[in-house]
Amino acid sequence: MNGPHDLGGQMGFGPVAPEIDEPVFHADWERRALGVTIATGAFGAWTIDESRHARESLHPATYYSASYYEIWIRALEVLLARHDFVSFDELEAGHSISQGATPKRVLASGDVAAVLAKGAPCDREVSTPPRFRPGDRVRTINEHPPGHTRLPRYARDKLGVIEAVRENFVFPDTNAHGRGEAPQRVYTVCFDGRELWGQGADPALTVSIDAWESYLEPA
Amino acid sequence: MSHDHHHHDHPHDNELDPFAARVKALETILTEKGLIDPAAIDAIVDTYETKVGPRNGARVVAKSWIDPEFADWLKRDATAAIASLGFTGRQGEHMQAVFNTEDTHNLIVCTLCSCYPWTVLGVPPVWYKAPPYRSQAVINPRGVLAEFGLVLPQETRIRVWDSTAELRYMVVPMRPAGTEGLGEDALAGLVTRDSMIGTGLALAPGSAAPADAGVGA
Repeated sequence: MNGPHDLGGQMGFGPVAPEIDEPVFHADWERRALGVTIATGAFGAWTIDESRHARESLHPATYYSASYYEIWIRALEVLLARHDFVSFDELEAGHSISQGATPKRVLASGDVAAVLAKGAPCDREVSTPPRFRPGDRVRTINEHPPGHTRLPRYARDKLGVIEAVRENFVFPDTNAHGRGEAPQRVYTVCFDGRELWGQGADPALTVSIDAWESYLEPA
Repeated sequence: MSHDHHHHDHPHDNELDPFAARVKALETILTEKGLIDPAAIDAIVDTYETKVGPRNGARVVAKSWIDPEFADWLKRDATAAIASLGFTGRQGEHMQAVFNTEDTHNLIVCTLCSCYPWTVLGVPPVWYKAPPYRSQAVINPRGVLAEFGLVLPQETRIRVWDSTAELRYMVVPMRPAGTEGLGEDALAGLVTRDSMIGTGLALAPGSAAPADAGVGA
């Protein structure tokens, strides 16, 4: 979706603000926000794609005025309510009112190290051969789906070159909406800076994205 | 962001700021329902605060500088090469190492969210996740680098990697001059977090330990 998250090439946000000796967390609630987000992700009730879509679906005014972990928590509340684990009444009250749904698993402290070390690889088997090869010229599609997509706006309807053929990854556009993993080949696609940003672009700039096969057409 | 610091000057030390209270309420509800184990939250936080950080990545880079076979493996199959040093898991399932050269400087970003190689760099800094960096890194990377104090020659090619899928990138900075006699540990001390994002270079020998050294594993 053309949401507030799709930031590539936008202007007006001011300078980057690196912080000397930045701590891992700036407040204790950020620690808990990270921990709760990962622990509830272990329920297996939603995918990383659904959680990304919940974040990008926040109102732009909320998204831009929220710190990053705040974005996470606001989206997590939506996910927990959508999947009947927690109701908005409970969030308002600050206490459990009724039991709600039961997750496939609850992450026990003794399992944390193994679960984090295992991660969640998203490569899958696909029987069809890759449609493109390194060096092929491609054009990205020009679509503006209302649902989740990982093709950023700045890289739509642009000419690029396939640099590398990657693994087959779960397709976010379907997976975010419970419509299946539908894995596809992913390619690293390179764009000349001037193709993306016009003649005023830095002539020594190349930008790449990782694009699912259905984002690409031969050029 | 400034918003994170409201609690510091709150007049009542025992009160939570509104968002801290909101997170606390959520954790309370989930705990009452038996949906989370607070000790598991502690273990997750401890992992990313004290065990996983940029020192992991620095070890990968230092080894690639002194071991050509490892460097070649890192180029071909970064996930396996990095796993051989014990760094595996969440947000490092599919890794790609990109090597700076005399001609080309690499920079990583996630314009769509905050994708970042947690297994080698830890959780990302606030600026990496915030709009100024995500918006400008793909359109004006030279300007972004200058904000970090890194001014590259105009002819140096800049290659930006937007992490739009599940590949996670780490930059392998060039080995600084004058480091021929240094061992792996000393070399790792020259590798900063920012040099592995591409917003900095590896430090010259004799420099102070990097301020962003973070934690080891």
